[in-house]
Amino acid sequence: MSSPFYVAPEQQMKDRADFARKGIGRGRSVVVLHYADGIVFVAENRSQALHKVGEIYDRIGFAAVGRYNEFDTLRQAGIRYADLRGYSYDRTDVTARGLANAYAQLLGGIFSSGGEKPYEVEIIVAELGASAQDDQIYRLTYDGSIGDEEHFAVMGGSAEAIAEVVRSGYADALDLAAAVQLAVHALGSDGGPGTPVRELGVDALEVAVLDRTRALPRKFRRVAGPRLAAVLGGQPVPADAGGVSGQPDASTTSPAAPGVALTDLPSPPA
Amino acid sequence: MTDGSAAGSRGGLPAAFLRAGSSSFVDLAAAVAPDVLPTSRSAGPGTSAASLGDLTPHGTTIVAATFPGGVVMAGDRRATMSNMIAQRDIEKVFPADEFSLVGIAGAAGLAVEMVGLFQVELEHYEKIEGAPLSLVGKANRLATMIRGNLPLAMQGLAVVPLFAGWDEAAAMGRIFSYDATGGRYEEHSFFSVGSGSIFARGALKKLYAPDLAVADTVMAVLQALYDAADDDSATGGPDMARRIFPVIMIAGPDGVQRVGDDQIGAMVDRLVAARRIRPDGPEARVV
Repeated sequence: MSSPFYVAPEQQMKDRADFARKGIGRGRSVVVLHYADGIVFVAENRSQALHKVGEIYDRIGFAAVGRYNEFDTLRQAGIRYADLRGYSYDRTDVTARGLANAYAQLLGGIFSSGGEKPYEVEIIVAELGASAQDDQIYRLTYDGSIGDEEHFAVMGGSAEAIAEVVRSGYADALDLAAAVQLAVHALGSDGGPGTPVRELGVDALEVAVLDRTRALPRKFRRVAGPRLAAVLGGQPVPADAGGVSGQPDASTTSPAAPGVALTDLPSPPA
Repeated sequence: MTDGSAAGSRGGLPAAFLRAGSSSFVDLAAAVAPDVLPTSRSAGPGTSAASLGDLTPHGTTIVAATFPGGVVMAGDRRATMSNMIAQRDIEKVFPADEFSLVGIAGAAGLAVEMVGLFQVELEHYEKIEGAPLSLVGKANRLATMIRGNLPLAMQGLAVVPLFAGWDEAAAMGRIFSYDATGGRYEEHSFFSVGSGSIFARGALKKLYAPDLAVADTVMAVLQALYDAADDDSATGGPDMARRIFPVIMIAGPDGVQRVGDDQIGAMVDRLVAARRIRPDGPEARVV
């Protein structure tokens, strides 16, 4: 009768970490950084349908790299957690900290349990605070470790090289165009110093913002197509239907509707 | 709320959250935390329709009318409890999501809760799927929720919503009405629900035209609500002393917008001035 090989716990954890890191390293990277009006997510993603960046709640966004089915399961679980919590208590009681903790517990539990393979993912949970100082970016890795990142966070295959470029160009309160251009330049510099910077166009990027200036309670908004082209080209950004100016009304239920003057209404389509 | 402590929970997220499954929030809540749903109440045997119905305030008249650029929905501000006025500034018209509106008549507490659930349901689907439901899909979801409330409706807690929105695919505003059993009916041009709806609908019949501009459509629904309040004691007219006016929202291609109180106030002032001369409202031609 054969007895199983003994594997030291250190070795076991190291093997599992190597396995997860290898899976994550194969994917393209994601940069999340603060800008003047909130937080911007920039991902290199050639698919228009399979998103790496998503909305969790009114002021909470999600970004991930790694295996799609695994991080999409996490994204959906996050939405369920947030919606159920917001419905049971109040919308203001849903926080990124609570969600990041739940994710950390889950990822850590899976990583250290012998029965399952670890998730090959890294995720970022970002939340818009009441003011810029209160904005939060949490970065979570495959083993459940969690970091509260200042200014910006990078994850994915060449995170080190990309983070270096973002760090050298980052400043407080960059405008949206400058922040996106910095992130795109950094994502293109993943070969490290000395290698030519890859050009990334509208088709290769997935960009979204948590925008404090948006009148609706749901602050998450994708920036795609002509709007993204304008941001990348440094041209004035075309107006966005969701960003109507005006004060949201103080309704207890969401989503509150922005006020309107009857003269502002569009004329009916001809 | 049971998340985190539910059986089968792993590390802060219940196992049900991690299963690939439906995009419906109502289904999720029914599986994970059924006690948070409005339909979880059971009144128990022996409660008659009258006793339950008297426990809660009732909301009254909601009016909706389409115009070429969308649909207008308006509701009066009164909630009643038998002969008492329970609230004089209740809001009964809500945005369901960015492109649709829901107005409620019936048991106010349950109805407001159901609107909250409906809003989360639409938002949840949109976030999970990455695309919003079609307008008819939204109307059907609401019908399912009303159907779930049938046991309570039979005990006197009926909720009768009116749903309207901008249909992106058809490029027009559409209106849907419901009965207490969850039946869904598409209405054309205009409709009204609640205790004053008979009078409101009568007024709109004479005032409505499909090609009215948005400001005229808003004036028409204000006139209809005024007529409803004129003849139905449970519908509140404009409160000139406190400046409390009907809530009016518009759903169009640019989304849902709420007409400002100052604007409604100015329109109501004109309406009331005209009614001082002719109390029964604008005159329609006989032929």
